[in-house]
Amino acid sequence: MTVLARRTRPGHTVALSISGAVLAAIALAAIAPDLLATHDPLLTDVRSALQPPSSAHWFGTDQSGRDVYSRVVFGAGRSVGIGLLATGLALFVGVIAGSLSAVSPRGVDAAAMRVVDVLSAFPEFLVALLVVAVLGPGPTNIAVAVTIAAVPVYIRLARAQTRSLAATEHVEAARIIGVPALVVHLRHVLPGVLGAVSVLATIGIGTSILAAAGLSFLGLGPTEPTAEWGLMLSAGRNLLLQAPWVAVFPGLAITATVVSVSVIGRIVRARSEERGA
Amino acid sequence: MSGLRLRGLRVDGPEGAIVRGLDLDVAPGECVAIVGESGAGKSMSARALLGLVPEGLSWSVDDLEIDGTSARSLTERQWRSLRGRRIALVSQDALVSLDPLRRVGAEVAEPVRIHEPAVRGDALADRVRDSLDRVSMSEPDERARQYPHELSGGLRQRALIASALSAKPAVLVTDEPTTALDATVQVRVLDLVRRIADDGVAVVFISHDLGAVARVADRVVVMHEGRVVETGVTAEVLASPRDPVTRELVAAVSHEPLGRAPRTDAPLFTARSVTKRFGERVAVDDVSFEVRRGRTLAVVGESGSGKTTLARLAVGVTAADAGTLSFEGRPWTPDAARGSDRRRVQLVQQNPWGALDPRWSVGRTLTEAVAAGGVRRAERRRAVAALLEEVGLSPAFARRRPAQLSGGQRQRVAIARALAVSPDLLVLDEPVSALDASVRAKILDRLLALQSERDLALIFVTHDLDIVAAIADDVIVMKDGRVVDSGTVSCVFAAPRHPFTRELLAAAGVRPPGA
Repeated sequence: MTVLARRTRPGHTVALSISGAVLAAIALAAIAPDLLATHDPLLTDVRSALQPPSSAHWFGTDQSGRDVYSRVVFGAGRSVGIGLLATGLALFVGVIAGSLSAVSPRGVDAAAMRVVDVLSAFPEFLVALLVVAVLGPGPTNIAVAVTIAAVPVYIRLARAQTRSLAATEHVEAARIIGVPALVVHLRHVLPGVLGAVSVLATIGIGTSILAAAGLSFLGLGPTEPTAEWGLMLSAGRNLLLQAPWVAVFPGLAITATVVSVSVIGRIVRARSEERGA
Repeated sequence: MSGLRLRGLRVDGPEGAIVRGLDLDVAPGECVAIVGESGAGKSMSARALLGLVPEGLSWSVDDLEIDGTSARSLTERQWRSLRGRRIALVSQDALVSLDPLRRVGAEVAEPVRIHEPAVRGDALADRVRDSLDRVSMSEPDERARQYPHELSGGLRQRALIASALSAKPAVLVTDEPTTALDATVQVRVLDLVRRIADDGVAVVFISHDLGAVARVADRVVVMHEGRVVETGVTAEVLASPRDPVTRELVAAVSHEPLGRAPRTDAPLFTARSVTKRFGERVAVDDVSFEVRRGRTLAVVGESGSGKTTLARLAVGVTAADAGTLSFEGRPWTPDAARGSDRRRVQLVQQNPWGALDPRWSVGRTLTEAVAAGGVRRAERRRAVAALLEEVGLSPAFARRRPAQLSGGQRQRVAIARALAVSPDLLVLDEPVSALDASVRAKILDRLLALQSERDLALIFVTHDLDIVAAIADDVIVMKDGRVVDSGTVSCVFAAPRHPFTRELLAAAGVRPPGA
């Protein structure tokens, strides 16, 4: 007698469509910035420096007279890309390390988990800073740093999922009919682990984008004159009273991206929990 | 008449009617059972009696009177003043229904706090003690301070009943209150339900278990697909059922022993003085048995008696601490079980909901199994179809996912998977205990047919003596890890040696001659 009254949540569909539209625009900007940009993002024009938003320059111009709107559009690829790359790496490394740890001998597993404990004892951003301090600045290093900062959570989840799935009845049943242990792991355990960890990743993307932007704000990522949101924010911070638009628009772009990614991530998670229940 | 009076209950869901016109009268001091298979509309009717129909479903009654109060069109607020005070619900799973973070005493006190705010302090403590006393909880003061997880299943169910009774409702609705309990515990809880009715409460008893119904109910209402198909005095309905649905229900719970001739060939599987410990606890203690081809050994006992551990030892996934297991005369250990004999001993697990990979279609699961059994790629599809037919499912089921199957269908698929590797011995751990009686009977029939077609040896773990009679030749009765009774089914049933066996037989309603 299971009659499920599926609740419809209108709030979800509204949030979903707004976030989806924002992300679609950002994806377009990342893939084909030329379609959206109105100016060359690197073209300096000192005569029209620090102009407020107008029909010619929708988001105004910065201190070198570059079009802020076009720079925001061109920055999308790099800013979002670093976050995506970092999350993807963290997912990949996390699933492999976590599920290996789960099936390793107890001593190895315990040692690996203590390393994870140490990493997760520090705030993610601090770990990322530390890694950049060791590796040196640069966009690739930022991605690596954000990966290392984010990976403990993925390792932990992947390990827990592996252990609980490996103990389920259907996995045992496959082993008992004589399917080799490694094959059982690849066929029945890993796909489930990947599913659970991917859901976490959709929420993690937002955090990673933010961390990456934070690092380039501190000047540890791409360097001038590259269009990157964190860097633009940093360049505009001294002009906040004089020409707020220089910092506000890249800031809004970061906020909109992170909020949209998180909203969609949460909806994905809610859906997958509903399915699991 | 006070008590409960219901006329014309209808509950409609998105996929059609769930309850199509139920009338019910329960007088104070009377216990009326609603029986039927899952999906018959019993639980939904129970919920409707308390105004607890889930959101998204619509329901209506021509008349509903609870303890003299009309409840035909009440607001949620009015319902809340009725629930607990006039009518209360005891549901199936006490572990889920009791708040794990609250002490039993607080749980029992809650209805009183809500409905009689004047009762406080010592008076409230007295009420809690009275309620726990009423359900025969020993040491009520100590129990009140405990958390649900500290109590056994039977005590938890008693605590739940105590909390339902604490505000002294006139009507008590119990939804499968004993299904999750062991047979001997079940009997004690059933006796309690009967006593509550004798004290003047109108009791509605929802169950799929006719044995339980026979023990407590004065009258019985049989439901099928939302309709009442038969109603009458319990003893009369059970003795001479008129409706085919009732007849099937009654037939499913009464079995004569099989009485197959014993086989004299060498045993296929033997256990000699097998012992298994988990830390200090001895799960299986000095157990010996033999199984022959084409015959069934039933392993009977309550939860915690070591049945499942014994099944796992037999399958070769757990190592024995002492004693020997042998398969065709060769030692059978987890190491041996990893070798070429792996597929010859197979397991069917208890829980049909966890036994199949939820992401995989039935076809994919079975294909993996026939591949493990060495069937060549080109022939796998045909082998899967043949297996499905063997367990009584159409080959079209190969495309379904576990979520699209009923419990019985899942268990058939699990049996098909175990058969895919052509085993000689099949170990079944409570394979039908999660299923309805008529589904259970069909699966047992299928198993018996498969057994004679394939000359299969079966080890059948169960807590249900009816099933033992239906399928087994020999039986061992386990208690606290030890075998307390063993022999052929007819001998053990006719002349149980151990008091525990007698208690089990009595709980199952089997009356040994002279006892």
